[in-house]
Amino acid sequence: MDTFLATPLGHVLFVVAAIFAITVPVLLGVAYLTYFERKVLASIQLRQGPNVVGPFGLLQPIADAVKLLMKETVIPSGANRGLFLFAPMLTFSLALIAWAVIPFGPGLVLADINVGILYLFAISSLGVYGIIIAGWASNSKYAFLGALRSAAQMVSYEVSIGFVIITILLCVGSLNLSRIVEAQTNLWFVVPLFPMFVVFFISALAETNRAPFDLPEGESEIVAGFFVEYSSMAFAMFFLGEYANMILMSAMTTILFLGGWLPPANIAPLTWIPGPVWFALKIALCLFVFVWVRATFPRYRYDQLMRLGWKVFLPLSLVWVVLTAGVLKLLGWLPTGS
Amino acid sequence: MSFVDRTARSFLLSELVSGLALTFRYLFKRKVTINYPHEKGPISPRFKGEHALRRYPNGEERCIACKLCEAICPAQAITIEAEPRADGSRRTTRYDIDMTKCIYCGLCEEACPVDAIVEGPNFEFSTETREELIYTKERLLANGDRWEAEIAARLKADAPYR
Repeated sequence: MDTFLATPLGHVLFVVAAIFAITVPVLLGVAYLTYFERKVLASIQLRQGPNVVGPFGLLQPIADAVKLLMKETVIPSGANRGLFLFAPMLTFSLALIAWAVIPFGPGLVLADINVGILYLFAISSLGVYGIIIAGWASNSKYAFLGALRSAAQMVSYEVSIGFVIITILLCVGSLNLSRIVEAQTNLWFVVPLFPMFVVFFISALAETNRAPFDLPEGESEIVAGFFVEYSSMAFAMFFLGEYANMILMSAMTTILFLGGWLPPANIAPLTWIPGPVWFALKIALCLFVFVWVRATFPRYRYDQLMRLGWKVFLPLSLVWVVLTAGVLKLLGWLPTGS
Repeated sequence: MSFVDRTARSFLLSELVSGLALTFRYLFKRKVTINYPHEKGPISPRFKGEHALRRYPNGEERCIACKLCEAICPAQAITIEAEPRADGSRRTTRYDIDMTKCIYCGLCEEACPVDAIVEGPNFEFSTETREELIYTKERLLANGDRWEAEIAARLKADAPYR
């Protein structure tokens, strides 16, 4: 077996298998995230939520997927066909390729690259292209407005996410995601860097266009925003991409602040549970907060959104970067680098 | 001072957290919706649902073709034609209710001197064609036979308030 894996063919097959081992759970997670979201929202609104398809409605995501697959893909006559079809593919594939660098456990990572966090940051920034292309190619005013809003919003909040990441890097001294998790063995970064955690989480909400920052799709004003004109599988791909991005952002929050695959404390019964399970549990917790926030807060006005991004989060995160750097330097805790 | 207070509040997210706490409490509250086709909500004895023509316990129809219901019907949904029967009693030969016109006001039930026409507890009588909603005398009598137990119980429950 080992000798087979050493051959080029064996290596390729191993990587393909690993990709499937990551992609399939992520897509299943996306499917059941929609179910989870509907159930949590329903509970908070004192409703029952989906409960007809299968036991407790557990087959609802599959029924939804089949429904979308059976529908006709409508391409508006004014649309730019090539770009119109390219945009959902781009969004979807970008949401998936980011998972390559996510460490699920000690050593359990597809590509253990030394610039993992930069890669993640780059991929999440590229996500805006799918949206802009969709909005432009649809040749519709609502889609275009949604795309413009989305572009402005994502760019604004990436700045503060960047500063948060810099703070983490100052504390870890490595861009490798596995190193970042290992650096939290004794203390998760959520404790010393709590304000940054809040800034990161709120920015993650804005980055994934989730309520209360869902202006790009603001149903009441611009119908559905950048994907008004999409139907069938193209719509499903946007939907999958958006939810995969939510899971990705939760994974990022987990890795940067909640200690990745590490158990909450290094004591006996907690360490028996394997790392990937802890990782999944923490992601689920983050996703619950995503949904919980959606059920609680009304949508921001656009100027409020921009004010929060540029006038509150940017100075706050900048001050915190300087403060962290100063404290680390003064106390001599700066990591020596690896 | 109020500025400091306000700024501190907004930076400590106190309002956001109290909002989240409220929705979290709602998460565990009893749900107000029911599984409709499997569970049904309670219905008042005065509920005005599908119409029915009742019979006396001996099987004789109650309606005496006085046409008070036809006269009072604000939507003019009721059409009655009457003739003396072979035994000399006055009975309807035609009693139609156009359920698409009916506004379910219950005035026919109020006007009836013999409690013949009543609005029963049934509200699930949707049809696929318009024609099926024009109820004939046979249909109404059949409804009465089908729902008599419920209708009688409801009339009895409501009687003290009349």
